[in-house]
Amino acid sequence: MMTPLLVLEGVHTDIGAYHILHGVDLVVPRGQLTMLLGRNGAGKTTTLRTIMGLWRASAGHIKFAGSDITAMSTPQISALDIAYVPETMGIFSDLTVKENMLLAARRAKRASDMDDTRLKWIFTLFPAVEKFWSHPAGKLSGGQKQMLAVARAIIEPRELLIVDEPSKGLAPAIINNMIDAFAELKRGGVTILLVEQNINFAKRLGDTVAVMDDGRVVHSGSMQALAEDENLQRTLLGLSL
Amino acid sequence: MKQTDFDWKPLALVPVLALIALPLVGSGSNWLTLTVAGLAMGMIIFIIASGLTLVFGLMDVLNFGHGVFIALGAFVATSVLGAMGDWTGSQELWRNLVAVFPAMLIAMLVAGAVGLAFERFIVRPVYGQHLKQILITMGGMIIGEELIKVIWGPQQIPLPLPEGMRGAVLVGDAAVEKFRLVAVVVGLAVFGGLAWVLGRTKIGLLIRAGVQDREMVESLGYRIRRLFVGVFVVGSALAGLGGVMWGMYQQNVIAQMGAQVNVLIFIVIIIGGLGSTGGALIGALLVGLMANYTGFLAPKVALFSNIGLMAVVLLWRPQGVYPVANR
Amino acid sequence: MISRMLSHDLPRSRTLAILLVLLLLALAFAPFLFPGVKALGVAAKVLVFLVLVASFDLLLGYAGIVSFAHTMFFGIGAYGIAIACTRYGPTWEAIAIGIGSSLMLSFVLAMAVGLFSLRVRAIFFAMITLAVASAFQTLASQLSDITGGDDGLNFKLPDILSGGFVLMDEKFLGATIDGRLICYYLLFVAALVLLLAMLRIVNSPFGRVLQAIRENEFRAEAIGYRVVLYRTAASVISALFATLAGVMLALWLRYNGPDASLSFEIMMDVLLIVVIGGMGTIYGAAIGAALFVVSQSYLQDLLRLASEATSGLPWLSALLSPDRWLLWLGVLFVLSVYYFPTGIVGKLRAR
Repeated sequence: MMTPLLVLEGVHTDIGAYHILHGVDLVVPRGQLTMLLGRNGAGKTTTLRTIMGLWRASAGHIKFAGSDITAMSTPQISALDIAYVPETMGIFSDLTVKENMLLAARRAKRASDMDDTRLKWIFTLFPAVEKFWSHPAGKLSGGQKQMLAVARAIIEPRELLIVDEPSKGLAPAIINNMIDAFAELKRGGVTILLVEQNINFAKRLGDTVAVMDDGRVVHSGSMQALAEDENLQRTLLGLSL
Repeated sequence: MKQTDFDWKPLALVPVLALIALPLVGSGSNWLTLTVAGLAMGMIIFIIASGLTLVFGLMDVLNFGHGVFIALGAFVATSVLGAMGDWTGSQELWRNLVAVFPAMLIAMLVAGAVGLAFERFIVRPVYGQHLKQILITMGGMIIGEELIKVIWGPQQIPLPLPEGMRGAVLVGDAAVEKFRLVAVVVGLAVFGGLAWVLGRTKIGLLIRAGVQDREMVESLGYRIRRLFVGVFVVGSALAGLGGVMWGMYQQNVIAQMGAQVNVLIFIVIIIGGLGSTGGALIGALLVGLMANYTGFLAPKVALFSNIGLMAVVLLWRPQGVYPVANR
Repeated sequence: MISRMLSHDLPRSRTLAILLVLLLLALAFAPFLFPGVKALGVAAKVLVFLVLVASFDLLLGYAGIVSFAHTMFFGIGAYGIAIACTRYGPTWEAIAIGIGSSLMLSFVLAMAVGLFSLRVRAIFFAMITLAVASAFQTLASQLSDITGGDDGLNFKLPDILSGGFVLMDEKFLGATIDGRLICYYLLFVAALVLLLAMLRIVNSPFGRVLQAIRENEFRAEAIGYRVVLYRTAASVISALFATLAGVMLALWLRYNGPDASLSFEIMMDVLLIVVIGGMGTIYGAAIGAALFVVSQSYLQDLLRLASEATSGLPWLSALLSPDRWLLWLGVLFVLSVYYFPTGIVGKLRAR
């Protein structure tokens, strides 16, 4: 196995009076796509938010590329070239698609500063982004918003891409588009951490997998092994792939 | 799904209100005078309200102490203008402007600097706690008001207009006070400046994005705290500028003026939709017009008329005329 | 028995219990313990503030709502009595009309403001109450035909409550049993009854729901409570009690004007007392009101001394001038919200 890019060691997170994460251990290998699976309420979103510093770990450590980022603020974590797409997508609906992209391009002061070749590449992945370039993002459909959200996350090269349920509520055709896009990103060498409920999505993309339940990682291994072992699926996820 | 998909209905409220008032006021020249006065007052209120609504939108901070910066700006202006009597006393408009400009600038600087301290010591410790925020900023307002009384005295101080801005110009039969035209021009300049910053610069994009989704802006790698401090300081400075204008509009200043204007500002930002600058402009113009029309027609209920206006707007759009998305 | 009267909401601190008993005794025997017109005035003011502040605590401390219109309701009660007694003469009927109509007006206003602003967003409430209260204040000084404008109204009360009336010729325990004394005891009984009633309300199921809403609005809504209705009800009840406090004030002063009952300074005082006494305890209102009213004049005297002592330093002297006592009140207020958020009662109970 390659050196891990992101490591969580015994991470606990409390939200208000609720203890959500009970010691999460998670390893995200460099250059691979890691799937984080689990039932609703297992703590997947909380894990992602804790990595991003949006919620504070009350115990444990989070290490990125060897350095401890547990106590860092969200902007500091983001500056390490970690991109995050939340479950709500975080689209600025009053802004245009272009303005949304411009904000994600940290180094660009105006639209013309954005890297043209990279933009073109993004447009081939997500044609909708080009098509609605100067429309208010709030007017996009759910699928188009999701594409914009991912496009925004990759407008500049990133080390790690964290995406919370990219397939949520999307039509099958758009899911396929999304799968192709992530496959393309994987080929480009980006490390990706995806939370998913859609098992097909997971099966087609995942290299490694971690399954969460009740605020802990209860299984981790290769996606292939999980996909082939129906018994394991049933015990972990309560259903077969 | 067009770019020009602009919600024009709230904007139409302003001329509609003016037209409704026309038959009630009766005389056309009176109506014109009142309308210009209302627009001038509205622009001044907008200058003050814009900062408050952005501060709320960006960090969910409701600053009850915003009024302090209004009074502070006005009092600073009395001192600066008082020291420049030669220039304000001149008949020539350009000399007056030379006097008024530094007065505004210094008022903004002082209000901005005090805003920085206010944010640090009063607002910052109580982020995310609405109840405490309201109490603390209200306390800050009282302290600020009393300190103004310590420095400038508790009594009302006259703030005479420079010679060249006094008097009125005749438009047909209607007398339009010169200063009101100045106020409209300054207000438009501030609005233009804000619109440019918010619409055309990256800082402006960040502010608009932050109003909608603070966490996402942070996740993209921007320090929203810094942005917020900046907005707070600029908002305070604008309140200071608005205070100078308001003081000149009333031609006198008193420490309690901040609290008085605060009431109007709150009505304005509720009408506009908390966090919306465009909404604040419309709210301010409506409130300014309403105050002048009712001040003429039924002076005793002037303030109630604005509350009534707010009630009607909220019945129509419960989140204000331009609700801010994601809130 | 005592526990039942207190709605089983006991002080839960020995020091607090002792302080409360002392306060009760002091107020009960004030005319005999502290002779003199001024002392009795202070005691009566404590009684009025006790009710006013406790009614505000019901809203701020229990329901977590900030209102700046509390003195408006206080003023409505005071104006109700003042206007009725001016119009209909010093009769009990006039007082009854005054109380009835002001309660009705407060009810309607509080209901309207509550339903309107709480329906939209709780945070609007603070802003809207501020606007309504200041509009009301302006209105009260402008409708001078009815309210007496800025001068206010002086009026007479039924004989038995006025200073001229003497029940017994000889002194009783060193105090003359006159109309003022009777009026004082009327206020005393009223304050006691109202305070116990408020204690009952906050400890009822209704009060518990309010606290649940304060702690977690969404959860309360999810469990099925109509948050808006509960909040509006709290604001109406609190307004009615404030109105009664205003009635007490007018009865005692036999005068009412904008500065006596409507001014923003009173609003600040009430806020400060609730915070210093301890939010959400009712007892805090009692302790705080007593402490505040008594020290109010004392603080001003102290400032006067300090100001004179520092007359060599004009700046410092100006800061310490008794006219600037609101400044120090504001500082005290901010500091107590930061460092003393549970107030006196909270501190005592925590020990």
